Amino acid sequence: MTTLKIDHVSRWFGNVVAVNDITMTIGPGVTGLLGPNGAGKSTLINMMGGFLAPSTGTVTLDGQPVWRNEAIYRHIGIVPEREAMYDFLTGREFVLANAELHGLDAKAAQRALATVEMEYAQDRKIATYSKGMRQRVKMASALVHDPSLLLLDEPFNGMDPRQRMQLMDLLRRMGDEGRTVLFSSHILEEVEQLARHIEVVVAGRHAASGDFRRIRRLMTDRPHRYLVRSSDDRALAAALIADPSTAGIEVDHTEGALRIQAVDFGRFTVLLPKVARDHGIRLLTVSPSDESLESVFSYLVAA
Amino acid sequence: MYDPTVARLTYRALLGRRRALILGALPLLLIVISLAVRALTGADDQTASDVLGGFALATMVPIIGVIAGTGAIGPEIDDGSVVYLLSKPLKRPTIIFTKLIVAIAVTMVFSAVPTLIAGLILNGNGQQVAVAYTVAALVSSIAYSALFLLLGTVSRHAVVFGLVYALVWEALFGSLVPGARTLSVQQWSLAVAHKVADAPLVTSDVGLPTATVLLVAVTVLATWFAGQKLRSLTLAGEE
Repeated sequence: MTTLKIDHVSRWFGNVVAVNDITMTIGPGVTGLLGPNGAGKSTLINMMGGFLAPSTGTVTLDGQPVWRNEAIYRHIGIVPEREAMYDFLTGREFVLANAELHGLDAKAAQRALATVEMEYAQDRKIATYSKGMRQRVKMASALVHDPSLLLLDEPFNGMDPRQRMQLMDLLRRMGDEGRTVLFSSHILEEVEQLARHIEVVVAGRHAASGDFRRIRRLMTDRPHRYLVRSSDDRALAAALIADPSTAGIEVDHTEGALRIQAVDFGRFTVLLPKVARDHGIRLLTVSPSDESLESVFSYLVAA
Repeated sequence: MYDPTVARLTYRALLGRRRALILGALPLLLIVISLAVRALTGADDQTASDVLGGFALATMVPIIGVIAGTGAIGPEIDDGSVVYLLSKPLKRPTIIFTKLIVAIAVTMVFSAVPTLIAGLILNGNGQQVAVAYTVAALVSSIAYSALFLLLGTVSRHAVVFGLVYALVWEALFGSLVPGARTLSVQQWSLAVAHKVADAPLVTSDVGLPTATVLLVAVTVLATWFAGQKLRSLTLAGEE
């Protein structure tokens, strides 16, 4: 059992607060750290990995401080976001070097390469690797000492769907084996495919924490706003407002469109085309006006 | 204190194709100059001492020291790949000490060896000139490596600062302003060389005891401080 505890951690750079009083506990299994770009995910992961001192608060792994404690790396495997990784080495040389730095031998390196299925390209220079191959070799270097905690910063960035699926399978397996796996992402779908437990960080704050289904519900249940143009805006508005899935409609003269606020997302998406057809109204534009990740997240923060 | 894997990674990074070319260029130039001087003026002890002191020791050794010393750690910190060393149960001073050994070895090979060859070409080691400057190159390789390794650990602009120090301080002030010579690795190493090789043409403005103390102090302090800096090295995220 490996538990990573983040206790009232803040980190500021000059007068910019990157992480603001976050407290969370990461236990065994796969946890997703979700948040828009610039939310402070990397800062948080850097503090979890001991590469950045918290301005206040503590990060501990099973009670041991992470900062300035080299011995802790016997238990931590890290997959950094940055690409640089001794490009002049072959994949095998790179993973072997990582094994040796842990006091392990070539067998451990070979095992890790097999785990990520990179044996076929292990004798090629890393400089020639694709993004996905690099990611897998980084993964092998993090797994070489069989760590109980695995930290991955945006591991799926730039991967193609097949590579993404392979890595997800691998992380799922790691979680099932009882390891504590934490990965960051700014893509909700990615996180919910993989993590049962989600921590949401927005603008440096801990916005939500818990089961992905609960968070998903929070996200889909929020009021959705649409901009709709049709052949007869007023008739459409009258027909829509009669249904409880619609909370409000505004006729926007300057845009020549309707601004609709829907409270029941599922029902509204079925209702709109049906109502239009029944009243012989042509829909010209239907566009969600607040689907940006930022607005979804800011809704979560407010919730 | 010494980790062979860290050493191997550092050697391979330092002796990668492009950097090896830069490291090899100055020694090659020194040897070409020596061949030309010898061919034009014949063997002359004073000329040999001028070439070795003015070019080899005052310019080439510090520049090689900058390339090897900052290059042993700076690029890794810059591009973030140092994370693969730092995320291991390795004492930070071990990483620094190993990289120092590598930087010293590379600086010595690329500066002291060509100095000796150039000296032999210039006057066949007459009046011990070649040996004396080789000793000076060996000694200053140690101090330069430690200084520039520290610089590579603390600054992103280590190469620029290093070159300014090497060219402006050591080469220019070191030869023009008498006071600056007391605080010059070059002069300290000359003091040691003067004593060791017993070469009358090789002189220093600094006494041997002062030079020795300063050389050891600079090397030890710079290495210790670099180890401390690495312990609290912050890898800021990209956001």
